[in-house]
Amino acid sequence: MLAHRLIPCLDVAGGVVVKGVRFRDHRVVGDILELSRRYAEEGADELVFYDITASPEGRRVDTGWIARVAAELDIPFCVAGGIRTVADAEQVLAAGADKISVNSPALARPGLIGELAARFGSQCVVIGIDVDAASDDHGSWRVIADSGRPDRASDSGRDLLGWVREIGERGAGEIVLNAIRADGVRGGYAHAQLAAVRAATRLPLVASGGAGAPEHFAEVFERGEADAALAASVFHSGEIHIGDLKRYLAARGIEVRL
Amino acid sequence: MNVRAVIIPGSGANFGSLRQACLRIGVEAEVSDDPARVGAASHVILPGVGAAGHAMRGLRTRGVDRLIRTLGQPLLGICLGMQLLFEGSDEDDTECLGVLPGRVRRLPAEPRWPHMGWNRAHALPGAALFDGLDAEAWFYFVHGYAAPLDASAQACTDYGTAFASAVRAGSVHGVQFHPEKSAAAGRRVLANFFSTPC
Repeated sequence: MLAHRLIPCLDVAGGVVVKGVRFRDHRVVGDILELSRRYAEEGADELVFYDITASPEGRRVDTGWIARVAAELDIPFCVAGGIRTVADAEQVLAAGADKISVNSPALARPGLIGELAARFGSQCVVIGIDVDAASDDHGSWRVIADSGRPDRASDSGRDLLGWVREIGERGAGEIVLNAIRADGVRGGYAHAQLAAVRAATRLPLVASGGAGAPEHFAEVFERGEADAALAASVFHSGEIHIGDLKRYLAARGIEVRL
Repeated sequence: MNVRAVIIPGSGANFGSLRQACLRIGVEAEVSDDPARVGAASHVILPGVGAAGHAMRGLRTRGVDRLIRTLGQPLLGICLGMQLLFEGSDEDDTECLGVLPGRVRRLPAEPRWPHMGWNRAHALPGAALFDGLDAEAWFYFVHGYAAPLDASAQACTDYGTAFASAVRAGSVHGVQFHPEKSAAAGRRVLANFFSTPC
């Protein structure tokens, strides 16, 4: 049986790890390598790095720190931010990343998903989706583009479930669902959206946004809504130690790698 | 151990992290597909991230497919590198190296596709790569295709179907998981491979 994965998310801006609330007001939380090392030692199953300014600023992710992380880590990590072409992805993977995650550039040009899958295999291609918690007049959730920079963030014109089905057909290998309203406020994962996405795709699904207590992780796994749970604030602050969290989940009968 | 390891590039982009994983256990691995360099190696690794069709075209263009078939020293295929050792793959309907008999098949759509994350490898008794490890150690997998559970299997993993998560035929070894990304268990598998006598 596959272990449920716990994934600390490190938002990177200007070469350091930052964290915001609902994707805004970022403050520095620490050094990339120090935090990576700490999480690997605590028993994190994977790390995700979001270069949160690369995509909105129209530049590619910096590969210098990726190589330094790859030299240190013996667990997998995924890099997101600013990957627009197969050549961009090749640089990030060559620097040592295991997977690449694409968000806004896939919304702008969905054909990119198929190009990446053909070159690197679906298993390497993660699609990040930023979604607003409120549904529109027709009861559908809207996918938001360029969430990394509030002044540029906009409705992508796509509804969540339609986009989920499309990216699966185009060859994506995993979905990270970021609930914008839930992000950084620690009120639990966005269960309604996760359950709807879970029902719409068989792709591995990573829940993101809203984790504030060990029970939140247990809930999202026990409901079968996600294969992995991503969090930032509660791990960065030291409030939840990943090793302790895994022992708690195992005691509740949830399969984790200990 | 007097190891002269060579990593054959070109079948994937992840040899950077593999080199680092080798360094962490004291093995400096050279990245080369030059026949003389590879021929002089004590241990050869064929890594792989990517799609089978693209990877095989790359190996054939540079004549590396013929080179791999003639190797006598211990060879370790990792992930796609292991799949390429078989006769063929469902992925892009690709003709592969044919060093091991059998065909790599697409994993079933249930419970999820692709198989991504940490799963257990149930090592068969006497499987040398798993020496010193728990018989159900956790390893990191990322793949959508898998090798048949037949005579060459050294370990078995279950995900929708049972497949060979490690194989061996003579000096040819393969692991479906990524030892370079599998923390302490992965380090042990790599160290065991480098302990294989040439």
